[in-house]
Amino acid sequence: MTRIDRTFARLKAKGRKAFVAYVMAGDPDYDTSMQIVLGLPGAGVDVIELGIPFTDPMADGPTIQLAGQRALASGQTLEKTLQIVRDLRAVDEDTPVVLMGYYNPISSRGVEAFLRDAVAAGVDGLIIVDLPPEEDDELCIPAQKAGLNFIRLATPTTDDARLPKVMQNTSGFVYYVSITGITGAAAAEAADVGPEVARIKAATDLPVIVGFGIRTPEAARAIAEVADGAVVGSAIVSEIAAGKPVDEVLAFVRGLAGGAHAA
Amino acid sequence: MPEDLINSFMTGPDEKGRFGQFGGRFVSETLMPLILELERQYEIAKTDPTFWAEMDFLWKHYVGRPSPLYFAERLTDHLGGAKVYMKRDELNHTGAHKINNVLGQIILARRMGKKRIIAETGAGQHGVATATVCAKFGLQCVVYMGAHDVERQAPNVFRMRLLGAEVIPVTSGRGTLKDAMNDALRDWVTNVRDTFYCIGTVAGPHPYPAMVRDFQSIIGKETRDQMHEAEGRLPDTVIAAIGGGSNAMGLFYPFLDDKSVRIIGVEAGGKGVDDRMEHCASLTGGRPGVLHGNRTYLLQDDDGQILEGYSISAGLDYPGIGPEHSWLHDIGRAEYVSITDREALEAFQLSCALEGIIPALEPSHALAHVMKIAPGLPKDHLIVMNMCGRGDKDIFTVAKHLGFDMKV
Repeated sequence: MTRIDRTFARLKAKGRKAFVAYVMAGDPDYDTSMQIVLGLPGAGVDVIELGIPFTDPMADGPTIQLAGQRALASGQTLEKTLQIVRDLRAVDEDTPVVLMGYYNPISSRGVEAFLRDAVAAGVDGLIIVDLPPEEDDELCIPAQKAGLNFIRLATPTTDDARLPKVMQNTSGFVYYVSITGITGAAAAEAADVGPEVARIKAATDLPVIVGFGIRTPEAARAIAEVADGAVVGSAIVSEIAAGKPVDEVLAFVRGLAGGAHAA
Repeated sequence: MPEDLINSFMTGPDEKGRFGQFGGRFVSETLMPLILELERQYEIAKTDPTFWAEMDFLWKHYVGRPSPLYFAERLTDHLGGAKVYMKRDELNHTGAHKINNVLGQIILARRMGKKRIIAETGAGQHGVATATVCAKFGLQCVVYMGAHDVERQAPNVFRMRLLGAEVIPVTSGRGTLKDAMNDALRDWVTNVRDTFYCIGTVAGPHPYPAMVRDFQSIIGKETRDQMHEAEGRLPDTVIAAIGGGSNAMGLFYPFLDDKSVRIIGVEAGGKGVDDRMEHCASLTGGRPGVLHGNRTYLLQDDDGQILEGYSISAGLDYPGIGPEHSWLHDIGRAEYVSITDREALEAFQLSCALEGIIPALEPSHALAHVMKIAPGLPKDHLIVMNMCGRGDKDIFTVAKHLGFDMKV
C-alpha cells in the first residue's frame, strides 16, 4: 500500500473528496518552488503532483509550457526534482507525491536508476503523459514492481472497448482528462463529466479524479461532486507565473481545496 | 554486423511499430485511439488496388512522376571517378519530394472522411505540398511553422497562403520545427474528431514512419527500374541527405535487401559535429531518446532535455531522425556521415556551374559527400544521389553566405 492508497482509503472513510494540486518543480526557481511544495499539505492538498520540466511538453498548454521553461532556465534537473521530494519527506511523511511529466528525462537517466532514486526519495506514483498502455513494458511494469503507483490518464477518446486496456496496469487512482485538449484549456461542464466518471468507474475500483480546465473553488466543488476528487494545475501555475508571493499562492490553493472539500 | 542473421531488412516495423528498439507509439492517451484507427485504415488502403491506382494517376498527372534518373556527365568528369547519377525529385510539382508523401496521406484522410488537415513545416516545403494538395481537394489546411522560420522563409509562407492554407506562427519553445510539431500535436489532441495530421517525415508515432516511407519509396522503386534501363544493373552506392529522413528512406528502402548496394545517409554537420552542438547530426552527434511519439537518436543534454539543432538548411534543422534510420545505423546496414554548411555550399555552387541545376541546400549535403567519395572510386562504380529539392527557396540564404547583395 502506497501513501496514495492510504490517503484515498482515509478520505473514503471520512466521506471526503480529494484535492490534487499540480505545480512544476523548480518554477520559478528551486527555493520558491520548495517553499510552495512545503506549504501545499497545510493548504489542504491531499495529493501533490510535481511536474518534471521538459523542453517539449506536447500535451501541455502555454501556462505549463512556460512553467517548464522557467524551471529549466533556473537550472532545474530531474535530480533537483527528486531533491524537492527528499526535502518534503524530511518534514512530511504522509502527503503522497506523484511525479508528472514526459518519458525522455526518465529514459535518459535510465529506468532502473530513476526508479531506485525515486523510491528512495519518497515518490509514490508516476503520471507519464507519453506512455500509453501499448508501451507498458517501458516504465509502467518496472515502476509497479518497484512499489510505485502508475497512474493513467483516461480521456473522452478512450472508448468502452479500450477502457479495460487502459485500466489494466493502472494503480493509485485514475486521472480523467475531462476534455480533448491540452492543459489549461476550457473546462468541461460537471453535468457532462458525471456520466463519464460513471463510465470509468464501471471499469475500475480505483478512485477517479478529474482534471483539466478547473480554475475556481466553485468549479473544483462542482467537479468533485461528480467524481472522487479534482485536480488543479494551470490555475495555480498562473499565480506563480504572475509572481505572487508564496503565501498568496498558498492562499489561492487553500481556496480551491476548500471548494473540492465542500463537495 | 549481424547481417547474415537477418533474412530481410524490409519486414519492419513489428506489430508494436518498432524497428529493433526504435520507433513505437509514445503519445498521450487522447491520441492513442486515433493512431490505432489510422493504422487500421492504412493497412486496409495499403492492400487496396484502387488506393494505389489513385496514387499512380496523381503521381503521373499531378506531380509529374516518374522523375528522371539523370547522368551528371560533367560532374562525373570533374570528379574523375565514379559515374554520378541524380534522381531528379526536384522536378516534382512543388519542387521537392515532399508531395509524394502528402498525396498518400491526403487520399487516406479523404477515405477516412477527415475534412481538416494539419501539418508542421520547417523550411516550408512540406507545408507548401500539403497546402497544394488540400487546395486540389478542397480541404481545410492549417500549417504550423516556427515563428523564426516564418521570418526566414517568407516566400513559402506566401505560397501557402495563396494556396488557401492558414499558417500559424509557432512561438512556443524556441519557435522552430520541433516546436511546430509540438503545436501540431496539441492541435490534434484538441480537434480529434475531424482532423488528420499529415506528418512530413518518417518520424512520429507508428504508423507514420512506415507509412511515409512506403509513400516515398516510389523514389527508390523508380531508381531501380531506371538504373536497370540505363546500365542494366543495380547502382553500387545510393546517397541522400537526412533531416527527418523521408527522401533518404524513400530512396534506400527498395535497396535494403540488395547487399551489394552501399547505402549512405548524409546528416547536416552545420558548423561541425562537436561539443558546441551547432549541427543537426542526430546519429553522429546524439543518443537514443523519446520525442514526438518515437524512440530514436536525438540531440539532447545529460538530463534528457532536447537541444536545438543548427544547419544552414532549414529543412535539416530537426533534433531527431526517423526511427528506421536509427535502426539501420545500429545494425550497420546503412552508413551515416555528416557534411558541414561550408561543404554543402561548395556542392551547391558546383551543381549550378557544371550541371545547370540549382539544388536545394538539403541535397547539396548529399552532393557534397558524393564529391568526397566519387574521385576515389572506379569509373564503373554507379552512384545515385537524390536531388530531392530545387534551390529556389534557398537563393537568399546562399546569397547571404556568398556575400551577394540581393537588394540590388
